[in-house]
Amino acid sequence: MSEAVLDNEAQGTDGLVEDWSRDKQVFGVPWGKAMMWIFLLSDTFIFSCFLVGYMMVRISTTDPWPNPSEVFALEAFGYPVPLLLIAIMTFILITSSGTMALAVNMGYRKDRNKTFWLMVATAVLGASFVGMQAFEWSKLIAEGVRPWENPFGAAQFGSSFFMITGFHGMHVSAGVIYLLVIAFRVKNGYYEKRGGNYEIVEVTGLYWHFVDLVWVFIFAFFYLW
Amino acid sequence: MSYVAIADRDHEQEHHDPDTFITKYIWSQDHKVIAIQYGLTAIFVGLIALGLSAMMRLQLGFPDEFSFINPENYYQFITMHGMIMVIYLLTALFLGGFGNYLIPLMCGSRDMVFPFLNMLSYWVYLLSVIILIASFFVPGGSTGAGWTLYPPQAIMPGTPGVDLGILLMLASLAVFIVAFTMGGLNYVTTVLQARCKGMTLMRMPLSVWGIFIATILGLLAFPALLVSAIMMIFDKTLMTSFFMPAISSMGADPGYTGGSPILFQHLFWFFGHPEVYIVALPAFGIVSDLLSTHARKNIFGYRMMVWAIIAIGGLSFIVWAHHMYVSGMNPYFGFFFATTTLIIAVPTAIKVYNWVLTLWEGNIHLRVPMLFSIGFVFTFIHGGLTGLFLGNVTIDLPLSDTYFVVAHFHMVMGVSPVLVVFGAIYHWWPKITGKMYNETLGKWHFWMTFLGTYAIYLPMHYLGFQGVPRRYFSMGNTEFMPDSAQDLNAFITISALFVAATQLLFFINIIWSLMRGPKSDPNPWDATTLEWQTPDHPPKHGNWGHHLPECHRWAYDYSVPGYEDDFIPQNVPADKAPAGRDHGGEH
Repeated sequence: MSEAVLDNEAQGTDGLVEDWSRDKQVFGVPWGKAMMWIFLLSDTFIFSCFLVGYMMVRISTTDPWPNPSEVFALEAFGYPVPLLLIAIMTFILITSSGTMALAVNMGYRKDRNKTFWLMVATAVLGASFVGMQAFEWSKLIAEGVRPWENPFGAAQFGSSFFMITGFHGMHVSAGVIYLLVIAFRVKNGYYEKRGGNYEIVEVTGLYWHFVDLVWVFIFAFFYLW
Repeated sequence: MSYVAIADRDHEQEHHDPDTFITKYIWSQDHKVIAIQYGLTAIFVGLIALGLSAMMRLQLGFPDEFSFINPENYYQFITMHGMIMVIYLLTALFLGGFGNYLIPLMCGSRDMVFPFLNMLSYWVYLLSVIILIASFFVPGGSTGAGWTLYPPQAIMPGTPGVDLGILLMLASLAVFIVAFTMGGLNYVTTVLQARCKGMTLMRMPLSVWGIFIATILGLLAFPALLVSAIMMIFDKTLMTSFFMPAISSMGADPGYTGGSPILFQHLFWFFGHPEVYIVALPAFGIVSDLLSTHARKNIFGYRMMVWAIIAIGGLSFIVWAHHMYVSGMNPYFGFFFATTTLIIAVPTAIKVYNWVLTLWEGNIHLRVPMLFSIGFVFTFIHGGLTGLFLGNVTIDLPLSDTYFVVAHFHMVMGVSPVLVVFGAIYHWWPKITGKMYNETLGKWHFWMTFLGTYAIYLPMHYLGFQGVPRRYFSMGNTEFMPDSAQDLNAFITISALFVAATQLLFFINIIWSLMRGPKSDPNPWDATTLEWQTPDHPPKHGNWGHHLPECHRWAYDYSVPGYEDDFIPQNVPADKAPAGRDHGGEH
């Protein structure tokens, strides 16, 4: 604690409140990081509302819901393999979280080169995720799935699938751009001029891990339910 | 990396003084300029909404006298009036306007933590306002779905503005939410992380507390509105069926199937109820500071006031379905939501008692901001009490969709916050402009507005008990409505036009003040909070000159015994003045 502003040491809940409120800042983190956390909390509410809406229309519709194991199956070696593509996509996204975590570590070690390449690797993995999502979309569209109808049953399947995965895909795409911008700034010494501080890599990482975490929920609700 | 290093790091707070007109007043990153931009834009759209309400009242008071008001644009007036007043005026003015102006000054910061994002927030807000206003001029006009925009009717033929009007409305809301998020992240982070030395959370003025918690509510509630706006845009443009059940429209099948209109209501009110408190909490906070300052007395029960704001904010997220009793729900849910709704009365009542006890034996100066604050306590108690009626399922059912509801929410979240807005503008006007306004004109403005609003809304309660339904273009010949209801409506209309006209006094006053007004003292109200202690008056870019202020006491050291002045500013060190009380607890 950098400065003692109150002299009485309260106990219990009062003490908790005092601890939280006593200093110039509540959390011992940089402004950007605090702001990113608050933004992610708000974004969590957006995705929660989307998913709750999806659950509600899935319950309210009277038409049968398509079987995810069949709709999302991919032909491999002559057999339809359920969830093949999505398993690969999920694996790639989770791997990208790993490279991101390494990039944060390298950032704090001020290893600019490794940070740069790890962030680029994360961005490439993210971009390939978006690419596979585009493939999955085009496959479903080719099979006749549309936002307003689909040949396998309830129209809400297409509507919520395209809307929610689309919204998530936009988050991933934005994240890829964000990662690349920060990566190139790390490389060209932008942050060296500003005190050699690489917390921004961690802030970027927070966003990236969040997008990953959201995907786990979307995956569970769309592909496993 | 140590804690101190982060806390004392100053490079993020570097400010380059803007020198050209454009960087100073247009593309400004200064929170004070952004606040004024927000305020002017919000008041401008507010005036449009005021004009719309005058048109509605003309039709209700004198049916069929005015040929330019037909049922279609009556519904458009209702819709736009409600939406503009709640979101584009009050939310933007309290958070974008007062939040921007007061948070950095009251917390002793140089600016918001991310000034560029803050600037962007205003310009995106302006874009949302432009989209909103554009919807008046597209073919078919603006939407007439009612401010709640309930589907299916919001996007079905027969509702005015069903083509471009509703789409522009939804798009404008989505853009507004983006703007709000950029601003809101700034406000919350500034309060949490960028206060001056010694400004602990429990020493913050209640204005900052109110705005802070309201902003958190906004960040968590607006997502639901964003999601419902996106879904409804898809329902309209892509023929998805999120909210649209299988329905026949004018004998034809539009092709919807299996959606849930109730889903929209849940999403909308999950936003809509916290929205009430997004508007109310800043008003609670500001009025606490105004009452304390002008009564020369510390706020009664500061800690309880803070906890009440937090409790109200938390509870506001679990009461939303009390707007939907008539939509039908499981009785246990009705019981749950009625109970949580009535529980909110507890922290709210604590606040009201504390305001009254702050006035008790105070050295009350009935200056214009004080008049508006006391007026607020009256209107708020009034609107709050009718809320208890509407929170109960059994009483709500017959009163729902009558003028009783209209009277209730106008008293509690229309008139009350607007009185605080006026009080706050009069209170901080000298700080913002460096000029004084005309006290007499201000008092006339208060009394005519205050008494006028009672003339408008008291009779509406009675109309509601008679069963006069809201949102009707004309009442026709219905047996349960006595003829006198029409006379009452005419009276209400005349009062409403009168109140609308008296707002001219306000604008005359501030324009006079800007052109001819006498220079004000740097601290004309002898207030304790930091914004009155700035080295420059009005405060310049960066707020504090070379040195940030240090806070040594809570914001309410008024009339401390044994000190020559009847106030001790927050930046007066403890060895120069009696300590007073620190944060409302015993010392």
